[in-house]
Amino acid sequence: MATFKFELVSPENILFSGEVVSVIVPSVEGEMTILAGHVPIVAALKPGIVLAQTGPGNGKEFFVGGGIVEVNQTALTILAEQARFIEDVDNDVLDAEILTAETRLAAAPNEDEQRRLQELLIQLQEFKGVFQQRKAA
Amino acid sequence: MPSLKDLRNRIASVKATQKITKAMQMVAAAKLRRAQSAAEAARPYAERMETVLASLAAGVAGDGAPRLIAGTGSDKVHLLVVCTAERGLCGAFNSSIARLARDKALALKAEGKTVKIICVGKKGYDILRRQFERDIIELIDLRSFKQVGYVNAETIAQNVLARFDAGEFDVATLFFSKFRSVISQIPTAQRIIPAEIPAGTQTSDSVYEYEPDEGEILDVLLPRNLTVQVLRALLENAASEQGARMSAMDSATRNAGEMIKKQTQLYNRSRQAMITKELIEIISGAEAL
Repeated sequence: MATFKFELVSPENILFSGEVVSVIVPSVEGEMTILAGHVPIVAALKPGIVLAQTGPGNGKEFFVGGGIVEVNQTALTILAEQARFIEDVDNDVLDAEILTAETRLAAAPNEDEQRRLQELLIQLQEFKGVFQQRKAA
Repeated sequence: MPSLKDLRNRIASVKATQKITKAMQMVAAAKLRRAQSAAEAARPYAERMETVLASLAAGVAGDGAPRLIAGTGSDKVHLLVVCTAERGLCGAFNSSIARLARDKALALKAEGKTVKIICVGKKGYDILRRQFERDIIELIDLRSFKQVGYVNAETIAQNVLARFDAGEFDVATLFFSKFRSVISQIPTAQRIIPAEIPAGTQTSDSVYEYEPDEGEILDVLLPRNLTVQVLRALLENAASEQGARMSAMDSATRNAGEMIKKQTQLYNRSRQAMITKELIEIISGAEAL
């Protein structure tokens, strides 16, 4: 199967770097599966789960708190300001995220910023719901 | 001529100092390792960010470019963000950053421009305060944070951005110390607003599709880029500080060792002289009988 290079980078470290078959990313306009040879694209991400398929039936999941994905001819790079292994995520982490978003919203200086944070907050809450369903299942 | 007791006291005090500097050196060495790996871990993100930004910015050059790239059109008011350490005893680390900032501020003032200063870290503030008391608009204190992280950088970047949006300045420059090695840290000035975009990375095959459109992504990316630049400065600074402290404390320990050697020699010599003197006195006393 055709593979390509995938890197998940956060400001503090590189979480994943290696060859993968496919990557599912939560773009702001819906989930997107990227396979080898995808057209070059830059997309914004919302909080959600990134699923990297390293082989048949072999996947790795990450939580990203928004960011950007860049696909070019040879590689896919996710720049996330918040990224964790899915095993390290629980309700407390999400609640903390929501809380920081809320405090920042309260202190937002202008309307643009307010709108952006409001969106982020909604996305986070949405994700929390999805996350809990996943856990239950 | 100091008495034997004086000499003993002096040696004891230098020894105590040496122990402290030695301990500080070892602590700095341990912290340096951590700070260095943090700085290195942050590098890939900053680099990737730069490439993405460069290819994006190439597409929106011209009149429609966001203000963070194009600037406000004037350069009357300059903001200097001076990042230094919170603590001293690290050689020339703080003063070399402050000197660079001071030279820049004086040069700008000579050109008739307004200078505003934000100090990150108390030491830089202490140095700059004497000369630029009225120009310093804020002191950001990071003493309560053990390890600087993305959150700290974000607060600083938000602060700068809010001031930019309020029209408080036209050009912002970041001052920090680049970590080269333990013995070499380079004080650096970097312009952050308008952003310095490396040109010429646009290759023919990287024609991207954007989702949502370019402008919107750029709007999100530019503030984040600012945060990343600040974070990089803070992390480089942290590594530099520990490196500078390590080498400063190393030479302090060595100097203390030399001092102890000299003092001990002096002490032994005067002790021997005293014994000899007493012996001569006894012998000549016995001969006189």
